[in-house]
Amino acid sequence: MAARAEKLKAIVCLLALVGGARAVTFAQSNARAAASQPVAARRIVSLVPNVTEMLFAVGAGSQVVGVSSYEDFPPETKSLPRVGALLDPDVERIFSLRPDLVIVYGSQTQLEGQLARAGIRVYSYRHAGVDNILQAIRDVGRLTGHAGDSDRVVRDLQSQLDDVRRRVRGRPRPRTMLVIGRDAAALRGVYASAGVGFLHELLDAAGGDDAFGDIKREAAQPSNETVIARAPQVIIEMHATEQPAADVVQRERAVWNVLSSVPAVHNNRVYLLYGSYLMAAGPRVGRAAEALARVLHPEVFR
Amino acid sequence: MIRTRLAAILIGYGTLAVGACLLAPLVGSTHINLARAFDRSIPFADNVDAQIFFVARMPRVLTAAVVGGTLAAAGVVMQALLRNPLATPFTLGVSAGAALGAILVITFVQADLKIGLYSIGGGAIPLASLGGALVASLVVYALARRPGRTMSTTVLLLAGVTLNAFFSALILFVQYSADFTQTYRTVRWLMGDLDVGSFTPIVASLPLVLAAFGMFAVLPRSLNLLSVGNDIAATRGVDVGRTQRLAFFSASLATSAAVSLAGPIGFVGIVVPHLVRLMVGVDHRVVLPASVLFGAAFLIGCDVVARMVLAPVEVPVGVVTAILGGPFFLWLLVRKS
Repeated sequence: MAARAEKLKAIVCLLALVGGARAVTFAQSNARAAASQPVAARRIVSLVPNVTEMLFAVGAGSQVVGVSSYEDFPPETKSLPRVGALLDPDVERIFSLRPDLVIVYGSQTQLEGQLARAGIRVYSYRHAGVDNILQAIRDVGRLTGHAGDSDRVVRDLQSQLDDVRRRVRGRPRPRTMLVIGRDAAALRGVYASAGVGFLHELLDAAGGDDAFGDIKREAAQPSNETVIARAPQVIIEMHATEQPAADVVQRERAVWNVLSSVPAVHNNRVYLLYGSYLMAAGPRVGRAAEALARVLHPEVFR
Repeated sequence: MIRTRLAAILIGYGTLAVGACLLAPLVGSTHINLARAFDRSIPFADNVDAQIFFVARMPRVLTAAVVGGTLAAAGVVMQALLRNPLATPFTLGVSAGAALGAILVITFVQADLKIGLYSIGGGAIPLASLGGALVASLVVYALARRPGRTMSTTVLLLAGVTLNAFFSALILFVQYSADFTQTYRTVRWLMGDLDVGSFTPIVASLPLVLAAFGMFAVLPRSLNLLSVGNDIAATRGVDVGRTQRLAFFSASLATSAAVSLAGPIGFVGIVVPHLVRLMVGVDHRVVLPASVLFGAAFLIGCDVVARMVLAPVEVPVGVVTAILGGPFFLWLLVRKS
């Protein structure tokens, strides 16, 4: 009897698992189905900042009626209603804006279910490489009735990236550490871009050899020892903020001086870049690639 | 009798701690050539082996020693003061206060914190966590103290636990208004991190650590009696109120210094005192110094594992202390009982 009860429990658990998985695939196929539907969305809520950028780039900006809490680009988004973000989407507020398309992040499956039950189309986005960004631009173009514009944006972006690749072709590729996070004014909590994701691909396009390319993750947290051992020839810090005062930049760059054996440090090739375009997986990645190429290979931009 | 036993035990544990301090810098994710590391004829700026040894590894090992020893001693004192085997250095809200301070800086101070004309730069997070820890200790003390009478351990414990919960709620509130990178950095801070990158933070923490150890030095005999009971201790001539204050403030100060240096590294403060008691008995004159030495060796060992097991990626040391310390403690517990 007890054994049967156990078996039953196991079956129920299994069913629950399968059911969960089905729900997810349903949501995904839903997103794909949404992408092929012909009716253009007219009231769009986007919970994903870089997709919001894509919407504005393909000319669908005037159809956007709500954005996430973290939106700051393009400036037009600042006056739009905010509806929460990845962890705290405000479902009531989303419904009250009467959207016919909601852009969610891939992990927001619960929200996806709620929206599906309400009969609202969903486009589910997940971060990956540059190809994924280009595909997402095409997708949101199709969904919003701007297919032609989105193809043009994609072509422009591709030619921008190709132009960067062409310029740096044949140049020596310095071993580069792309720093995407660090405690202020200290060499602690350093995060570097690693071998997966669009930043890794942008660095590659800009003619740099990723010092952590062998680590197949989006980011690595190298210890000081690892940084010394990997001996990057160039260190580029990306800050998604506005450029601070010169003395602050000076001081932030100086925190690397303690690792004096690192070639990037003793050859004075530590660069600090500032701007929100650097880390946004959207239409501005071409600009980010060029900014990287300019510090890696200044000679080809003269 | 106690003197010879104490000497023997301290020599044993001291050898362990010193051995850990000497051996740990020799290993890591990278292989280094020791002869080259100590070769003064190569300019330091070009000597990769020396940089790895002196800039990356030595500060880490010393931080592990200071933090491990300090948290273990604070654990011993807290367990005696509260007469509770489950007490840790973090039980009375010190770590939650420190975390709140750190999180406020991570979330709201973007780049450069200045006090008057002085930029405190990289010291902002340690200073804020130290401030938070000290404020938490003072609040708990103000709540638990009773003029003219001894502190009630029950009130102390309840005040600490409640303050922990209250600060945790504030932390969640701040987290909720933070963006993702800040939230991630906060979570990472909470896991503890020994890679301090230079000797400066260690030196900065030393005055507090030494002050706490000075107080620890006069405590053991009274703690022995206190852990039996306040009344018995009083009849044996112990000034219970004074001992309680001394124990409370020394443990709080030690914990504040350790947490501001390396974040709230869990498990050291509870498992090391118990391990040491299982090995040497319950006399605080032996347990306290032995815990300092064993705690230092334990955390150094855990950090070596953290650095090497998934190299070049690292495991947070707070994860290793619990994963290694838990089963080891249970094994010793079962074997002894």
